[in-house]
Amino acid sequence: MLPEKNVLKEDYDVVIIGAGHAGCEAALACARLGLETIIFTVSVDSIALMPCNPNIGGSSKGHLVREIDALGGEMGKNIDKTFIQSKMLNVSKGPAVHSLRAQADKQDYSRSMRKILEGQEHLTIKQGEVCEIIWEENNTSFTADYNNNNSKDHLENGLSYYKNPDKKIIGVRSYTGTTYNCKAVIICTGTYLNARCLCGEAITYTGPNGLQAATHLSDSLKEMGVELRRFKTGTPARMDGKTIDYSKLSEQKGDTRVIPFSFSTNPESVQKEQVSCWLTYTNEETHKIIRANLDRSPIYAGIIEGTGPRYCPSIEDKVVKFADKDRHQVFLEPEGLYTDEVYVDGMSSSLPEDVQQAMYRTVPGLENCRIVRNAYAIEYDCINAKQLYNSLQFKNVNGLFAAGQFNGSSGYEEAAAQGLIAGINAAMYVKDKEPLILDRSESYIGVLIDDLVTKDNREPYRMMTSKAEYRLLLRQDNADLRLRKYGYKVGLVSQPVYDKVCEKERLISEEVTRLKNTFVGASKEVLSYLDSVGSTPLTTGVSLASLLGRPEINYDNLSAIDKERPLLPDDVKEQVEIEIRYEGYIERQKKQVEHFKKMESRKIPVDIDYDKVLSLRIEARQRLKEFKPLSIGQASRLSGVSPADVSVLLIYLEKK
Amino acid sequence: MPEKKYMSDYETIAAISTALSESGIGIIRVSGDDAVRIVNRIFVNPSGKRILNKAATHTIHYGFIIDADSAKADIESDYEAGFEDTIDRNIIKKIAVDECLVSVMLAPRSFTGENVVEINCHGGVFVVKKVLSEVLKCGARLAEPGEFSKRAFLNGRMDLAEAEAVMNVISSKSDSALKASVSQLSGSVSEKIKKLREEILYNIAFIESALDDPEHISLDGYNDKLSSSVDSWIKESERLIESNDSGRFLREGIATVLLGKPNAGKSSVMNLLLGEDRAIVTDIAGTTRDTLEEYIKLGEIGLNLVDTAGIRETDNKVEQIGVDRAKKSADKADLIIYVIDITEDFSQDDIREYEDMFNSFSGKKGIILLNKIDDLKKNSLENIKEYGLIKAGKLIEGINTGSYPMIEFSAVTGEGFEELKNIISEMFFKGICNGSDEVVITNIRHRQCLEECRDSLLKVKESIENDLPEDFYSIDLMSAYSSLGKIIGEEIEDDLATEIFSKFCLGK
Repeated sequence: MLPEKNVLKEDYDVVIIGAGHAGCEAALACARLGLETIIFTVSVDSIALMPCNPNIGGSSKGHLVREIDALGGEMGKNIDKTFIQSKMLNVSKGPAVHSLRAQADKQDYSRSMRKILEGQEHLTIKQGEVCEIIWEENNTSFTADYNNNNSKDHLENGLSYYKNPDKKIIGVRSYTGTTYNCKAVIICTGTYLNARCLCGEAITYTGPNGLQAATHLSDSLKEMGVELRRFKTGTPARMDGKTIDYSKLSEQKGDTRVIPFSFSTNPESVQKEQVSCWLTYTNEETHKIIRANLDRSPIYAGIIEGTGPRYCPSIEDKVVKFADKDRHQVFLEPEGLYTDEVYVDGMSSSLPEDVQQAMYRTVPGLENCRIVRNAYAIEYDCINAKQLYNSLQFKNVNGLFAAGQFNGSSGYEEAAAQGLIAGINAAMYVKDKEPLILDRSESYIGVLIDDLVTKDNREPYRMMTSKAEYRLLLRQDNADLRLRKYGYKVGLVSQPVYDKVCEKERLISEEVTRLKNTFVGASKEVLSYLDSVGSTPLTTGVSLASLLGRPEINYDNLSAIDKERPLLPDDVKEQVEIEIRYEGYIERQKKQVEHFKKMESRKIPVDIDYDKVLSLRIEARQRLKEFKPLSIGQASRLSGVSPADVSVLLIYLEKK
Repeated sequence: MPEKKYMSDYETIAAISTALSESGIGIIRVSGDDAVRIVNRIFVNPSGKRILNKAATHTIHYGFIIDADSAKADIESDYEAGFEDTIDRNIIKKIAVDECLVSVMLAPRSFTGENVVEINCHGGVFVVKKVLSEVLKCGARLAEPGEFSKRAFLNGRMDLAEAEAVMNVISSKSDSALKASVSQLSGSVSEKIKKLREEILYNIAFIESALDDPEHISLDGYNDKLSSSVDSWIKESERLIESNDSGRFLREGIATVLLGKPNAGKSSVMNLLLGEDRAIVTDIAGTTRDTLEEYIKLGEIGLNLVDTAGIRETDNKVEQIGVDRAKKSADKADLIIYVIDITEDFSQDDIREYEDMFNSFSGKKGIILLNKIDDLKKNSLENIKEYGLIKAGKLIEGINTGSYPMIEFSAVTGEGFEELKNIISEMFFKGICNGSDEVVITNIRHRQCLEECRDSLLKVKESIENDLPEDFYSIDLMSAYSSLGKIIGEEIEDDLATEIFSKFCLGK
C-alpha cells in the first residue's frame, strides 16, 4: 500500500499525530523538555483549529485551562492574547464553581498557536498523514518501572510491580512512505480517524470543516491490539452576521473588568474593547418543523451508529426529549473579528439543509438569515480509554500515548489537558523518569483522566464540576498553588515563576495565622464598624478570622478595624478570604482527601493474578482483570467492585 | 462528587460479638484508636466515676453502661471536659442501661492489634442492642462483616494461614448482610426510601445543572423552595428512624403464616391478632385471594404475620395465584399456625387434604387452632368440648401432625387467645423459634444510615440558613443520598449524570 521505494528515514524522540488542542500541548511539552519532536497534521493551516464553539473555558473547563497554565501549558496564554469577550461565570455562587469563559477570535487563536509552535526550539511541523505505527516485541528482561511512583521501594522489595508490556514503539510511517524513527508516539487524532460527516441525507467522508479525514491509522492500531469504537458529536450552523436582525435580540456583554486565564498574563494587558453575544429563543414553529422532519434526521433514522453526548444535545434531541418546553435558548456568538460568521449556540443539528434553513428562519432575529456553513454531525473512531494507564500510555505498548477526543473525551480544554499530560509523560518515558500522575484530590485534570481510564464511558466525556469529589479544594483561583510545583518538577515551569508561587503561599499562610490570632473586643470603633456593615454587635472578644466568617464582612471592609494589616496583593487577599470563610467545609474535604491518599498509595502489582484471589466475587474479578487498576483506591472506584472485594484484595496483597 | 465506597480502616468500630439470645451474656466489642475514649463516655464505676481512660491494659472493670444522652456524653463536646464529674448513685440507677464488666486491651496486644474494649453485659436482644446503640452514639461505627478479623490480619495479629479464611468470611458475610438489608426491608419502607432518594437526587441534579450551565438554568428563588423540601425530608427521615425503632421497618420477628382451608376463619384470626378489621371477612369461601402481611407484637415477641388464601385445589385463576403464594409464604415461614374449622364434618377427602397440608410443611414449627369453638357452643351440642376433641382426635389419628400443640379457639369471642400467646412466647424463649441475629444487626445498620442521612440534611439546612452559596448544598445532599442508598443496596455510580441529562435540558 505504501510507496515502498521511498527510503527516506528521519530520527526523532517523539512523534505527535494531530495538531489540535491536545497535539499542540503535547508537542510543546515534549519540545520544551528538550526532546526532538515532530508534529503531524493533515493541514498546517488548521493547527489549533476550533471547529465547533468559538469559546474557551466555561464551567469546570475554565478550571482545566487554569490547571494547564499552572503546569506550564499554552492554552491559557493563547486565549488571553486572542479573546474578544470574557466573562467569569457563576460569580453569585461559591468560589469553587466560579469559571472563566472567553469568546475567541477563532482564526487569531489558531494563527497565534501556530506561531508559538513554529517558534519552538526542537519542534518540527509536518503536513501529512501518519498511517502506520511501527513497534517491536519487547525483549528487554526488566527496565525501571516508570508507571509507578514508588518504583524504587518496590524494586527493593523485589516486586516487579509493573511488568513490561509486550510491545515497544520504534517509529511511524507516513502516507508518502517516509519512516520516522522515534521512542514515543502520542496519538491526538481528535475526530479525524475514519470520520464521516452527516447533514441529513448528505454524507461526506471528511473530518471537521470538510478537512481530509485520516483513514489509514485505524488499521495499524487494530493490528497492534488497540480496540476502537465509534463516537459521534455535532455542531450547529454558522450564519452570515449581515443577515441577522440584532434589533430583536438581547445583548450579552462581557465583564467590565476582565480576568485573564493565565497566571502569567498581566491583568492590564487584557482590558480591551469586547464584542457582544446575542440571546434569542426557538419557538413552537421551530419545533413543529423539526418534529415534522425527524424521519430525515440520520440519528432518528438510524443511519448514525456512534454514541453522541447527552450534555450536548442536538436541537432535534431537545425537542424530542423535552417536549414540554415551549422554547429553547439560542446564543449567537461571533466567530471572530476577521469574519461575519456567527455561531448558533444551542442549535446543533444533523437535519438536511432545507430543514435547517426553514428551522433557523423561525427564530427571532434569524428570519432572513443565510447559512454560511451547515450544521452537521460527525462520527469518528476512538478508543475506550480503559486501555490506558493514568499516565496516558497504553497498557500493552511501551511508548504509545494517546490524548484528546481519541480517548473518548470532548471539548478543546479536555483535549489540551490530556495533551499536556501525555506530552510530559512521553518525555518522562524517553528520559527514563517517573511519570507525572495527578490524582483526583489535587486537580480536575486528575479527575478527568481517572474517569476516562476507570469508567465505562458510553459517550464523549465532558468535564463537570460535579465529577470532582473534592471540588471545594480544586478551585480555579488556586490552580497555581496546587500545580505549579509539578510543572516545576518536570521542567516546564521556570525557577522564578515557581519562587513566586512559593512566596504567595507563604504570604497567605502568614496572613491567615495573623487574622486568627488578632483579637478585637466590643470597643466603640468595632461596634460602629459592625453597625455600618449591618452585622450583629459583639459581646466578647473574637478573632478577626471569626468575624470574617460572617457573610456581610469581607477582607476589604474589615480593614476599618484592622489597622496593622500588611499590604498584600489581591490574589493573596482572595485566598485568605476563601480559606477563612469556608474553613469548616474545606477542612472536611481535606480529611476525606487524607483517606483518599491512603487508598491511592496502596499499589497493586500489574502482574497480579486475580484468579488466585479466590474470595473475590466473579463480577469484581472480571472488572479488575479488565481495568487492571494500579492502586487499591482505583480498584475501589470500579463499578462492580464492592467494599468487601476491596477488603479481600487488601488482605490478599498483604499476604503476598 | 459522589463519595463512593468509602473504605475506612482507621475509624473505631463496634459490633456484637456473641450470638443473640434471651439468656447468658452478650459481648460488645469496640476496636480502634478511640475505643477507650468512646466507652469511657458511657461507662461509670459503682461510685459514679469514669475510670476507663486511666485504666491499664488488660484490666477488667465492674460498673454501669449509662444512657449517652442523659449522661450528656455529647460527642461534639470536648471529651475531657465534664467527664471528671462524679455521677450520683441515684442518678446512675435511673440512667443505667445495664450492669456490666468492661475489659480494656490496649494496642498492640489485643485481638485486632488496636485498642479494644469489650463490654460484657447481660444477654438478651434488647439490652445488647441498646448498649451497642449507645456505643455508636458516642462515635463508633458499626463494623462491617469480618472487619475485626480483617484488622487483626492487617495488623499482623493473625498468621498467613488464616488469611484465606478471613477473606472468605468477609466476602460471604458481606454478601449475606447486603441481601439481608434489602430483603428484610418491608415493602412500604423501601418505597418511602426510594421516593426520598429520588427527590433528593432531583434537587442535586437541578443545582448541578445550574452550576454547569448557568446561562440556561437559574437558581433564583430556589433557596426557599429547597429549604421547605429539606424540612420535609428531615421529618421523613425522622419518621423512618421512628419506624425503625418500633420494629415496623424490617420484616423483623418470627415469620408466621396462617394456613388453612378456605373459610376456616384465617382472616378473622388475623384480625383478632391485629385488633383491627384488616382483611376482608365474609362467609364466602375464597375471599382472601392474596396474601396480607402485618407486623404484630404479642407481648415481648414480634410476629410477622401473613394471612393466606385458603389452600385447596381451585379452578379460579385469581384464587390459584393466591394459593400458590400461600404455599410459598409457608415455605419461608418460621412458624405455621394452622386454622381448622372445628365445625367441619371431616370427610375422608377433608382428612386427605389436611394430611397433604401437614406433610408439605412437616419440617416447620406449627400450632393448630381449632377455630369456631363458639359455634359449637352456640349450637348447644352436648359435651361440646369432647365433641371438638373427638373430631380433632379423629384428625390426628388419621395423620401425623407431629407434636403440634392444639388450642381450642374462637376468633369471635377471643377464646384461646391467651393460650396462643403463651405457647408462642414459650417457643421463642426455648429457642424453638428465633428472630435471627442478622435482623437485629440489619436494624442497627439501617438506623445508622438513616441518622447519617438526617444529619446531612440538617447540614444542608444550616448552610441555607447561613446563606452559603448553592454549590455547598449539593455536597451534603449527596451524602444524604448515598446514606439512603446503603439501606436499599443501591450504588451511586452514574445516577447524577443520568438525572441531570434526563431531567434538565442543558444548552450546547
